[in-house]
Amino acid sequence: MSYRFDSVASVREDLRKVDYLADEGIAGVAYLADRLGKPILVEGPAGTGKTQLAKSVAEITGARLIRLQCYEGLDESKALYEWNYKKQLLRIQAERNKDSSWEDLSEDIFSDEFLLTRPLLEAIRAEDPVVLLIDEIDRVEVETEALLLEVLSDYQVSIPELGTLTARQIPLVFLTSNNTRELSEALKRRCLFLHIDYPDMDREKEIVLAKVPDISEALADQVARIVRSIRQLELKKAPSVSETLDWARTLMLLGVQEVTDDVAKDTVNILLKYQSDIAKAVRELSQEGPSFKRTGPRSAN
Amino acid sequence: MTATQATHPLLELLEGFIRELREAGLPVSLTENLDAMEAVKHIPLEDREAFKYALGATLVKSNTHWRAFETVFEVYFSLRGKEYQLGPEADAELPDEELEGELPPGQQGQGAGGGGDALTPEELAEMLYKALLEGDEAMLRALARQAVKRYAGMEPGRPVGGTYYLYRTLRNLDLDNVLERLMQQAREDSPAPLTPLEERLEHDEYELRIDRLRKEIEAEIRRRLVADRGVEAMAKTLRKPLPEDVDFMHASREEMANLRKAIYPLTRKLAVRLARKRRHGRKGPLDFRNTMRHSLSYGGVPADPKFRYPRPAKPEIFVIADISGSVAAFARFTLHLVYAISNQFSKVRAFVFIDGIDEVTSYFEGVDDIGEAVHRVNTEADVVWVDGHSDYGHALEVFWTKWGREIGPKTTVMILGDARNNYHASQSWVVKEMRHKARHVYWLNPEPKAYWDTGDSIVGEYGIHCDGTFECRNLRQLEKFVDHLV
Repeated sequence: MSYRFDSVASVREDLRKVDYLADEGIAGVAYLADRLGKPILVEGPAGTGKTQLAKSVAEITGARLIRLQCYEGLDESKALYEWNYKKQLLRIQAERNKDSSWEDLSEDIFSDEFLLTRPLLEAIRAEDPVVLLIDEIDRVEVETEALLLEVLSDYQVSIPELGTLTARQIPLVFLTSNNTRELSEALKRRCLFLHIDYPDMDREKEIVLAKVPDISEALADQVARIVRSIRQLELKKAPSVSETLDWARTLMLLGVQEVTDDVAKDTVNILLKYQSDIAKAVRELSQEGPSFKRTGPRSAN
Repeated sequence: MTATQATHPLLELLEGFIRELREAGLPVSLTENLDAMEAVKHIPLEDREAFKYALGATLVKSNTHWRAFETVFEVYFSLRGKEYQLGPEADAELPDEELEGELPPGQQGQGAGGGGDALTPEELAEMLYKALLEGDEAMLRALARQAVKRYAGMEPGRPVGGTYYLYRTLRNLDLDNVLERLMQQAREDSPAPLTPLEERLEHDEYELRIDRLRKEIEAEIRRRLVADRGVEAMAKTLRKPLPEDVDFMHASREEMANLRKAIYPLTRKLAVRLARKRRHGRKGPLDFRNTMRHSLSYGGVPADPKFRYPRPAKPEIFVIADISGSVAAFARFTLHLVYAISNQFSKVRAFVFIDGIDEVTSYFEGVDDIGEAVHRVNTEADVVWVDGHSDYGHALEVFWTKWGREIGPKTTVMILGDARNNYHASQSWVVKEMRHKARHVYWLNPEPKAYWDTGDSIVGEYGIHCDGTFECRNLRQLEKFVDHLV
């Protein structure tokens, strides 16, 4: 079979073209997923571009994105398939006057025509290339995870009345998780694991430059540096990449050329969402002299 | 077929690598093992970063295990790949040309002919300073090698750990002073005096670079040790427990920092799980009204029975924690955990003691940052009565007279400590009385079970009056207990 990507470097290049700046790990795992035909389980803090990765990969491979948003109480009729009862009922009623046998009828009403495909089945049956995104998998219950196992390992769905439907082409599958609970071993075993953390400073700067129009290089650099320093504090919720971008856009709107102490203090509430975090960041950033100690591992204890 | 023949030594290496991962406590299944073998066929070993991520993606399925994986990877693959090889004869001394080749061409003219050995210590320090100032990665790497070679004093076969060599190297480099000098330079370079914000940013930048240098030195030492002792022996000495298995009482500073980081996601997970359990756990009695209403869409047939949500009473928690020296860390983590899931309880009250006892509930009230509150408890609570050595007997007695009558049938009491009473009177009748009034009394002991009731530990004496005594040496055990509690 043919592969989607030629090399790790080409994945990176292509992603860059659609403004997704991947690091070595992200590109490497995406490449590997294509080669091994395995799903990728993407984990990491909120707002680091997990979902965006799937979207961008779909864009560069020219595939259709099929998305399954997970939530508590998701079941197979929402994820896999469902029989269209109403239509089946109509069919039975329409047949009533004709003298067709029960076998004919049951064969008829359990056919493709009465099957409502849901995202997973749709991805399996798609003729065109698709990328399947199973978003926030950690929101479903452990039992529901089992629904996915057959799809993920064999790319097939078994429907008792119809038999087994096998994928026409192996879709690229992304599962994202915010890690609010431990996923089952069975699921993890079937996936390649990718942890996306906050980007390092250079990458973040590039992201800001790519995503915020007309921002000057100097300002982007400063934004990235400040965000890095803030992330090193022990906070309840560290600023995510999307918050960095919001902040950069705000600075642009305010016509700020250079982030001074005062500007930072006044706008830090865009980066941080908890009052205690904001207070801490303001305190830390405005402390005098190099004598300050981090609230990190070294000072406590 | 020829391809598998050619990769044969690599597969062998991989097998040893995976065995070591399992030894280190990472759960690597057979499928994952096969995936890794498949993965290495697609990613060349020469592309070391990509190779590492490829192996990681197939073998490591949890971010907390990544560090352990990285260490083992460094050991097993540190001598592979061209740029990382020590030289043709890996055991022998590092050839001088190595360093020279490493130096970027522009820099070679400097420093007395460019040979690494010919540099005086001052020159080396100066080059290091410059490299740090400019953030020159290649230069830093070369200098790290040179520094290790010169200062660590490594000899083949010497039975000393890597930390010793690291210490020796760092002492000679005196990085704290270098940082100070870099900051000085930054202040001079800027036209206007640095604002606190700028100062902070510069400081972070340089600290990061120095940190990178330190890592480079560590890696270099590790490479040399591996060359000297062989892969297996080295991997064994470097083996470290995973964060959830780190012993509270003997955690190193670094491990403590990791623990603190690990506790945030842990509490979040626990809270979500408990909230879910509460909602889904048992089914309540039939909700007749709701069932009837839903039956309308089935033509009056109650096809979809609805049940009332159960609302089990939330317990009230009293935490009584010993915060003296050795067990302080344990108390801190437990308090942290209990308060993080305090919405699962109707009320949480916290008491801390050494030989005196103090209520610290108010420290946690209306506070966003639990870590901060726990820190305040450790510094501000009034817990010393006579000499600041643990006296469980006295602490419990005072507790009983002051707050004893507030224990009710809904209260669960958790006592945290190693019960090392310095041979004072135990006053275990207090625990007995508590048990009469409270719903449950639990004792959590951070010591391994084998040490209980040895020396001045009298946990057995208290234990017979408790509903349970638990060994809580690491996060895993603590999490399990808290889960059980709710």
